[in-house]
Amino acid sequence: MGSHGIRDRVAIVGMGCTRFTEHWDKGVDELLLASTDEAFASAGVTKEEVDAYWLGTAQSGMSGLTLSKPLRLKDKPVTRVENYCATGSEALRQAAYAVASGAYDVAMAVGVEKVKDSGYQGLNAFPIPNDGTQRTLTAAAMFSMVAPAYGRKYGVSDDEMRTVLARIASKNHANGARNPRAQFRKEMSVERLCSMPAVAGGLSVFDCAGVADGSAAAIVVRAEDAYRYTDKPLFIKALSFVAGDGSGLTDPAYDYTTFPEVAASARDAYAQAGISDPAAELAMAEVHDCFTPTELVLLEDLGLAERGSAWKKVLDGAYDLDGALPVNPDGGLKSFGHPVGASGLRMMFEAWLQLRGEAPDGRRISTFGDRSLALTHNLGGYPGEMVSFVSILGTR
Amino acid sequence: MRGILSWGGYLPHRRLDRRTITGIAGKGGGKGTRTVASYDEDAVTLGVAAARLALRHAPASPASLWFATTDPPYLDKTNATTVHAALRLDREAPAYDAVGSVRSAAGALRAALASDGPALVVAGDLRGGLPGGADESAGGDGGAALLVGGEEAGPVLAELLGAASVTEEFTDRWRVPGEAASRLWEERFGETRYTALGAEALKLALARAGVGADAVGALAVAGLHARAATAVAARSGVPAERVVDRLDASVGSTGAAQPGLLLAGALEDAVTGPAGRVIVLLVLADGADAFVFRTTEALAAHPVPRPVAAQVAEGAPVAYGTFLAWRGMLPVEPPRRPEPARPSSSAAARNAAWKYGFTGSRGDDGMVRMPPSPLDDAPALMADATGTVVTFTVDKLAYSPSPPVVFAVVDFDGGGRLPIELTDVAADEVAIGGRVEPVFRRLFTADGIHNYFWKARPVRGGEA
Repeated sequence: MGSHGIRDRVAIVGMGCTRFTEHWDKGVDELLLASTDEAFASAGVTKEEVDAYWLGTAQSGMSGLTLSKPLRLKDKPVTRVENYCATGSEALRQAAYAVASGAYDVAMAVGVEKVKDSGYQGLNAFPIPNDGTQRTLTAAAMFSMVAPAYGRKYGVSDDEMRTVLARIASKNHANGARNPRAQFRKEMSVERLCSMPAVAGGLSVFDCAGVADGSAAAIVVRAEDAYRYTDKPLFIKALSFVAGDGSGLTDPAYDYTTFPEVAASARDAYAQAGISDPAAELAMAEVHDCFTPTELVLLEDLGLAERGSAWKKVLDGAYDLDGALPVNPDGGLKSFGHPVGASGLRMMFEAWLQLRGEAPDGRRISTFGDRSLALTHNLGGYPGEMVSFVSILGTR
Repeated sequence: MRGILSWGGYLPHRRLDRRTITGIAGKGGGKGTRTVASYDEDAVTLGVAAARLALRHAPASPASLWFATTDPPYLDKTNATTVHAALRLDREAPAYDAVGSVRSAAGALRAALASDGPALVVAGDLRGGLPGGADESAGGDGGAALLVGGEEAGPVLAELLGAASVTEEFTDRWRVPGEAASRLWEERFGETRYTALGAEALKLALARAGVGADAVGALAVAGLHARAATAVAARSGVPAERVVDRLDASVGSTGAAQPGLLLAGALEDAVTGPAGRVIVLLVLADGADAFVFRTTEALAAHPVPRPVAAQVAEGAPVAYGTFLAWRGMLPVEPPRRPEPARPSSSAAARNAAWKYGFTGSRGDDGMVRMPPSPLDDAPALMADATGTVVTFTVDKLAYSPSPPVVFAVVDFDGGGRLPIELTDVAADEVAIGGRVEPVFRRLFTADGIHNYFWKARPVRGGEA
């Protein structure tokens, strides 16, 4: 028994990513075609040369037909996967494991979500029939409870916390402003962010991720085949996924200052990848900044800061584009919005660009050339009841 | 001899100042306040709240349940079964509705007094009318519950000495199903009829009880015709100071709940007095029903968790516009979020112990889980557990019939944590460490299915 991972057995050899925005003029089909076309071209393969497909979408379509029909795939295995906000990453994990098993030579992971067609703001959970006793809170409100809990535990005043959260949002907006694929491309000052009215707990609308449609795709092959497709493949070092047991919602010991599922998946991922000091070894991290307090806690759960210290490091700029460890260099969910099925692959796409030195001018991470590993992370669910995904990708 | 074994009266948290009506409705209003059921309360939840108080120190479990209201949340479907489920009554205890008129409450009480075994009479009502109308102003919302039984079930606190009923068909007040407000015939007609009927029933009941009017220690006259009630009391021969306050100035006329509520108040007044007090309940509704009780020695030892008088003195104001919105009289912009889907009937039926009875589970590891886990063997009854707010949030984005949603993570005394919506609370009133108690409420209604579940509200002064 054990989690062994597939370190250096599978490589990403092509990727594609649409702009994430309000695609009023595009449906799921158009978004899928756009991201997959870019990925095919990137790897120099045709759709016929891909042996199997995994499609990640939470609620924009069911079954593999969602992908096989628009792409007109003939006689191909296409699997739809869903795992909350880790859906896109989960698609990549399935595709990578299928290649590692030897079942297929070339596999593709695609993520897509058409969020803006609902007519509502925010994400809307799918209507599974139930007894009506589930809470009706928004995710913003659930995650808002993290901020006061963290502040109390580590002696951060409400005003300081307000500044820390604004600093996180400001950083991600600054990065997104430099990224043509981001939805929001405007810088936001800490002062302005601090003055926004609260809508859920202490959080303003600007503490929340945007809402956008989008799609991203990756093509994976066995590591030994990688250089046949590209001279700059990304090797998969670790893929770790944890679904929590939900005990945080019922266990009085849970204090809303940490996400144990994230810490567990990070431990597993670092073990798979052979990483002992992530803050020093990683070149960058794309983390699931669905809300600003989420990013704060993630920095500690992912081992990128000591417990109780992330808020100070945020203020010091440690996670800025030119900081010691750039976090969300593409702008994060904050600037991109969160098309559930696509976000995980969007994060990997940023690792793809940055580690290969292809990030646009003005947006290159400070660690480029010195380090070769990137972390991507998604979570889905709520504090106390979530799924968490961590990947480690590397150029060597 | 059968009589009252226990009782409970419940008044909702909100109060409408009648003076605020005229400024918006252009008419109506008056002096004093009326009680207002919250947007998440209906006749069933008001009844459940009262019944929980009645059962808190009850000597026996009800063997049957009657539920009376003029404002039933459902037709065709029995409302009493929801009350039954929320109270976790024995499945062999039948539950019946008595709905439509104030007289239903008197009838339910008569049936309970005539039945075998302990019987619980529950009433809940929301009374109102069209904006600016007299019924809107004079009405009130509340619940009442009376546990009725004999000595074999426990000490009788007030025994029934006699009862009488007279029935007449005449049209003083009427409402076609589906209409928001009832209509009234010329006031003097009803007053004349009810005054005569009340006097007749009272005389018959006192005669059967062998009690003279001068020996009556408390006379409570319930009924929607306030002038008639006052006239009957004035002509009853019972000294004016022994006539029970109908709470018109503070609570309003609570319809089917009023008989039980007034009787509860009279019993609470008698707890500290000498035994043997004669309490008469007279209900004027499509005739008249009179009940003559006499308190026993056991009454003095009966704990009263939340006296009606204390609840009258509590409460917080509600704006007239909010009241109208809660009643559906003022359509307001809904949140731009999807409305919740109707709850699944089959899922609700499977999970009835949790959804209605607030029953979690306790595992071998000692942990209380809500909702209950199929891996745990022991039930954990959480309805009477109080708890402490661990953390909270105010959600202005979530769907709610009355935003914002105030929400807290609550750790219950004796184990168990639940993230749960708060109610009867102002957003700036919540604090970490605050004490809360569970209450049975209606979360929302979708496709005509009322979604009942539990919330939590602050434990306030005067509560147990």
